[in-house]
Amino acid sequence: MAEATAGNTVLTTADGVPLKRKLRQTQQQMKRRAFGLVLPLLAFILITFVWPIGLMVYRSIDNPTVSESMPNATAALQAWDGSAGGLPPEEIYAIVARDLVQARKDKTVGKVATRLNYELPGSRSLITSSARKLSRIEEGPWKEAMTQADKKWGERQTWLAFQRVSARYTLGYYLAAVDMTYDEDGKLAAQSEERQIYVTLFLRTLWVSLFITVACIVLAYPISYLMATQPLRISNLLMILVLLPFWTSLLVRTTSWIVLLQTEGVLNDIMVALGLIGDENRVQMIYNMTGTIVAMVHILLPFMVLPLFSVMKTISPSYVRAAQSLGATPARAFWKVYFPQTVPGIGAGSILVFILAIGYYITPALVGGRTGQLISNFIAFHMQKSLNWGLAAALGGILLAGVLALYWLYNRIVGIDNMKLG
Amino acid sequence: MYDNNEPIVRFIDVQKSYDGEVLVVKNLNLDIARGEFLTMLGPSGSGKTTCLMMLAGFEPATHGKITLNGRPINNVPPHKRGIGMVFQNYALFPHMSVWENLAFPLEVRRMDSAEVERRIKRALEMVQLPEMAGRRPGQLSGGQQQRVAVARALVFDPDLVLMDEPLGALDKNLREEMQYEIKHIHENLGVSVVYVTHDQSEALTMSNRIAVFNDGIVQQLSTPAELYERPQNAFVAQFIGENNRLLGTIRAIDQDTCTVEVDGSGTVQALPVNVSSNGERTTLSLRPERVTINPPEGSVPNVFDGTVEELIYLGDHIRTRVNVCGHDDFIVKVPNASGHAALAEKATVKVGWDKEDCRALDAHQSG
Repeated sequence: MAEATAGNTVLTTADGVPLKRKLRQTQQQMKRRAFGLVLPLLAFILITFVWPIGLMVYRSIDNPTVSESMPNATAALQAWDGSAGGLPPEEIYAIVARDLVQARKDKTVGKVATRLNYELPGSRSLITSSARKLSRIEEGPWKEAMTQADKKWGERQTWLAFQRVSARYTLGYYLAAVDMTYDEDGKLAAQSEERQIYVTLFLRTLWVSLFITVACIVLAYPISYLMATQPLRISNLLMILVLLPFWTSLLVRTTSWIVLLQTEGVLNDIMVALGLIGDENRVQMIYNMTGTIVAMVHILLPFMVLPLFSVMKTISPSYVRAAQSLGATPARAFWKVYFPQTVPGIGAGSILVFILAIGYYITPALVGGRTGQLISNFIAFHMQKSLNWGLAAALGGILLAGVLALYWLYNRIVGIDNMKLG
Repeated sequence: MYDNNEPIVRFIDVQKSYDGEVLVVKNLNLDIARGEFLTMLGPSGSGKTTCLMMLAGFEPATHGKITLNGRPINNVPPHKRGIGMVFQNYALFPHMSVWENLAFPLEVRRMDSAEVERRIKRALEMVQLPEMAGRRPGQLSGGQQQRVAVARALVFDPDLVLMDEPLGALDKNLREEMQYEIKHIHENLGVSVVYVTHDQSEALTMSNRIAVFNDGIVQQLSTPAELYERPQNAFVAQFIGENNRLLGTIRAIDQDTCTVEVDGSGTVQALPVNVSSNGERTTLSLRPERVTINPPEGSVPNVFDGTVEELIYLGDHIRTRVNVCGHDDFIVKVPNASGHAALAEKATVKVGWDKEDCRALDAHQSG
């Protein structure tokens, strides 16, 4: 601040401290206090949200099983140039054989077998039985011994797969999550047709979420409008009606839908009683995609109503009146003047509903049947049943990336500042 | 195209109730002349805004007929009435630029783009904002928004423009500036304006005629000067301008003089306006600037002794509170003219006024 010249005097406070520094000091204190206030929440989010998600994403590329159980084999295989063609040399056979025997002693060979089985289905017994057989052999040549133990050791495909699973980090889970695999020559290829499930599932989840979002907009718009324009007494009643399902347990609501929609359910009974359909043609409305969509629209509707309502509440009726006094028909006044002002509410509601829908698990699991399953159900399957956490993490990671990408796209098109939640 | 002597708007026996129990507007009969600036003035809840909304078409009349250019419009929806309107909070469309706001009524009328452009430019020049066309309403100051709202209400050349307390949100200086501006626009365009306000000085400044509303009834409909000089009842006298009220009982009355015994003490000669009989209760209304301190002997019939209670220096005049006839809230405006005797608090003075300036009105208490 000493560079003050005649023409460029630094402003100072009464005690000679430069004004800017003084201002910074006073603001610093306020900033520290504000930070102190958000600190508990920040810590909570870091520990319970950011940290587990980071761990999960890490798990989708983490591949420690083989490299930890068979460190020497891993080093040798990683050094081997598999793309050159042919089988690995004798010394690699020797190292792998010794490591297999060691892994059997350490009782980690089962994990290695499982891991290779993910990569190359049907190869579990290859590892376990080879390890057992090899433990009885003292001397080489190992190539011969291993090929004798299982002839798959004589196939290039086995070695390429083994090389891949031995890498410390892998993209294999992500490839599997987009229905890709390696062919016999170790090149990227599409998964065989009957094994392609995830891409279809991602697309289906996307489509269903979009459909649910649009359905929510269509259903929520009129009720929000009513709530925003009716006198307080009526709008409060409507608000309670909207929130009532919100206060009921999710399981109760979902099972009520089962009661209503199943083939022997209330709705079918009524239609049969009215003679709309014959008793033998009862409509299947649950345990399929219809069930998933109906139940999810019902559950997610309040997330669309609330932001829409709060936005509509702030729109003065004088705008539509002004438009009408200027000569616009009621329809035109609505479309040109009222509707554009509700777009921020639609945006906020849509983002909420869409993001909730795309990761929804419990409802499709309960009422989705076989055809109404979404990607989250498969993530849960791999977490709980197949215990392939790497694949589950990769599927979840893709879902997360997709949501972030859509959020980014939304921000580019609509602008996140245009979103109003209340 | 229209007969110029025919009123542009007529309210015929109009009544309005929102709940079926209370009449907000009680039997309104009002003719608005072509090219006139008519102000509906009244306290809140007096029915003035309701009348405007019925005229605009946003509220149906419960009973009676409203005509526009001789045509009944009770069943014409707002968008077919062709009436320009300026709203209380401007109601400029926030998602449109100033240009788009002004283009809105023209595009609705399917004008070709050259005509639209010409009219918008003309309207923006009229309100002196030609360079603001690209801005959003949120980027304009309150006064600028107000001008745009006026321009939008006029851009499609309506013969009638309604204004619902349009200056209420502006600060005092800007409000006065806008009053003159709207008045000049009205004079230049010759459009008829119906203006609603609760601000009496605004009404006096701008209007050709003022309809004073209270309790769902037009209390008086006359020019600003008439309204101020010759209020027809106690409410109008009280509502327009400052006013000293003396309550009393009539002791003698003839064509142009009545003698009133004021509650407290004293007998006053006054001009009977809406009183008729001996013994009737009355409110005497007297403007503070028509009272003279220490009048020359014999110049006015009413002279009383009073005590100066309070002096407030207001520059152009000195507001003097005097205790007269047992009323200690009697206000006299003493002009700050050269040579005027200086007053002191607690001094005893003579206070006098002319019979013509003291109007004997009904004993109506409220307001």
